[in-house]
Amino acid sequence: MAHLSEAAVKQITEICDRYADEKTPLMMILSDIQREYGYIPLEVQELVSDKTGIPVAEIYGVVTFYSFFSLQPKGKYVIGCCLGTACYVKGAQQVIDKFSEILGIKAGETTADGLFTIDALRCIGACGIAPAVSINGKVYPKVSVNAVSGIVDEYKAKEN
Amino acid sequence: MANVKDKETTKVNIKIEGIPFQVEAGLTILEAAKKCGFEIPSLCAFNHGECSKASCRVCLVEATGARGLVAACVYPVAEGMEITISSPKAVAARRVSVELLLSNHNRNCQECDKNGKCELLHVAKITGAQEGRYEGEQTPVTVDELTPTIKRDTSKCVLCGRCVERCKNAHGIGVLGFENRGFKTIVGPAENRSFINSPCIMCGQCINVCPTGALMEASEIDKVDMAMAQGKYVVVQTAPAVRAALGEEFGMKIGTPVTGKMVAALRRLGYKKVFDTNFGADLTIMEEATELLNRIKTGGVLPMITSCSPGWVNFAEYYYPDQLSHLSTCKSPHEMFGAILKNYYAAKIGVDPKDMFVVSIMPCSCKKFEKNRPEMEDNGYRDVDAVLTTRELGRVIRRAGIMFDRLPDEDFDNDIVHDYSGAGVIFGVTGGVMEAALRTAYFVLTGKEREGIAFKEVRGFENIREAEFELAGKKIKVAVTSGMRGAKVLLDQIREGKSPYTFIEIMGCPGGCINGGGQPYVREVFLPNEDDDIMDTYMQKRANALYSEDERQVVRQSHNNVQIQALYKEFLGEPNSHLAHELLHTHYNPNRPRFD
Repeated sequence: MAHLSEAAVKQITEICDRYADEKTPLMMILSDIQREYGYIPLEVQELVSDKTGIPVAEIYGVVTFYSFFSLQPKGKYVIGCCLGTACYVKGAQQVIDKFSEILGIKAGETTADGLFTIDALRCIGACGIAPAVSINGKVYPKVSVNAVSGIVDEYKAKEN
Repeated sequence: MANVKDKETTKVNIKIEGIPFQVEAGLTILEAAKKCGFEIPSLCAFNHGECSKASCRVCLVEATGARGLVAACVYPVAEGMEITISSPKAVAARRVSVELLLSNHNRNCQECDKNGKCELLHVAKITGAQEGRYEGEQTPVTVDELTPTIKRDTSKCVLCGRCVERCKNAHGIGVLGFENRGFKTIVGPAENRSFINSPCIMCGQCINVCPTGALMEASEIDKVDMAMAQGKYVVVQTAPAVRAALGEEFGMKIGTPVTGKMVAALRRLGYKKVFDTNFGADLTIMEEATELLNRIKTGGVLPMITSCSPGWVNFAEYYYPDQLSHLSTCKSPHEMFGAILKNYYAAKIGVDPKDMFVVSIMPCSCKKFEKNRPEMEDNGYRDVDAVLTTRELGRVIRRAGIMFDRLPDEDFDNDIVHDYSGAGVIFGVTGGVMEAALRTAYFVLTGKEREGIAFKEVRGFENIREAEFELAGKKIKVAVTSGMRGAKVLLDQIREGKSPYTFIEIMGCPGGCINGGGQPYVREVFLPNEDDDIMDTYMQKRANALYSEDERQVVRQSHNNVQIQALYKEFLGEPNSHLAHELLHTHYNPNRPRFD
């Protein structure tokens, strides 16, 4: 665990302690770590394993099973494009392709500057406003291909 | 316990194929059917619920009260339940389940060392599955051949999860797990790493439970063939636990001791000399008992822990690098013996040690790793050159056309490193090293043999056993465990400074070497002649084979082995001498990263 900073070790230990009384604490611990750091690398899984006694392989299995968890750092802004049935028939594929084209990355990847990640999501339960895009929790309804560059610019502007 | 008793006493009435039976409540359909004389094919269910994920879908049957078909391995029987195994619907469903497994399976069966012991082929035969029925995409394949011990080939994995459970149950380590999702799911160490870059202790228990060829020992048969072909002076030594199980490879009943036939077979395989690792075990006891007594006398690090099991040594290095000073510095018996063979015996018989090739037949897959450790070399010669498991020996014997059951009983080569004591024999079962060491320590401290010889207090299969002995007016407490779950408890005690023990024996595999990762597969379906529930009894039966050989030995204490005495007199000096340290002792690596 040489790669983890002291502060990170302390914080992850705190997160594990938070759920010490839970019978099955793993999902809660991983969710908190994912939210806090944006990803859960192997070093962190080792630490969680030490604290909880759950084998690393089991933790790794959970992390790779749920798409909510990530092994790689995600960008500052995670663009979640819903590709569920309703969004798909309303043209979500073209929307996600447009994001890819503008940012120069594929779904699941992160831009070199660490700003954007594109995630292809299955139904996020917003079929009424399809196609839906969710960026760091903010939901954009009925996104058209033409609206995509405006959305990207909105976040780029925040950085300047 | 009350619950278990209730379960036993409460009976339910069921019907299987229309025939009424009374069975214990709480049983699964699979277990109940077996008691009533029906074998429902199954793959993922293993060892009385050690693994029952209902993931393979091979045991589907019809049961009244259930919607659709149910997985017999997890579905409990209930009063009035009518179970149908042979309905066209159930028969077809089981067949399709197997056909689907086969469709994503590497079907080069003739190349697979599991051929003949493959449970997938067994259920395919029973269900009438046809291998070519479904063709389609295959899950991306990983083949890990980086370790000298375990080979993992995911193209043969059926995702039953038995190895995952065994790794967790036996050791609490859980190196293996399911990863990814859906069609991309595989079983492996985290990040789909090689075992060599994971904190795997290489005990091989996962191999023992794998129903297919997905997990196998890395074979060294070719290496031995090569040495023979090159005309090397190939010497073989056999570990005690091998003789207690090798017969199973040839259809003999579990627990049949086959020492004589094993020696005869090895001689027919072309080995120049056939020796017994027990000579090395006796040597180990001389060194280890002396080390223990020295530590007690000089206030050295206690408790001292045995170091014969390379799986346990790996565990200690990965998980308790701060406690390595507790491990005895003794090499394991076959390494000691190898060092003596090359650095002493070779000269005695006029063979250049560089032309000598030492093969160890071991019940263990981890010995393959151990023999490659950099420490296991003296004067430029590897102590041991190749390790074959009991299973590999079975393969080699079959390949040579030797009819094992018709072999005469022969004795090990009568030579200066030939004798062994009963103490050496019981090394193969958990508690054996402890007992052997106590026999000798008792003598060294009191100057006389213990009455009754055996220290039966340390025998058994409970996870952690402890006993207290009076040695020369001093009370010492000892503990014995096998499997890393127990080791963890004992090591945590030591780390906290609360260990009450003076001497601890730890073996990597549950039950010790008799249940080692290189031993014959114990599968009911391939052992139809056993009359009881072999999963419950096989370890005891193999252990009995060793205890009975111990009782038959005239010499039952290592220090009374005259050839060992002669070896010290003529070559080593005394136990723990400078030369003994050079050849017979080792050191450990506290810097092994768990994920390299």
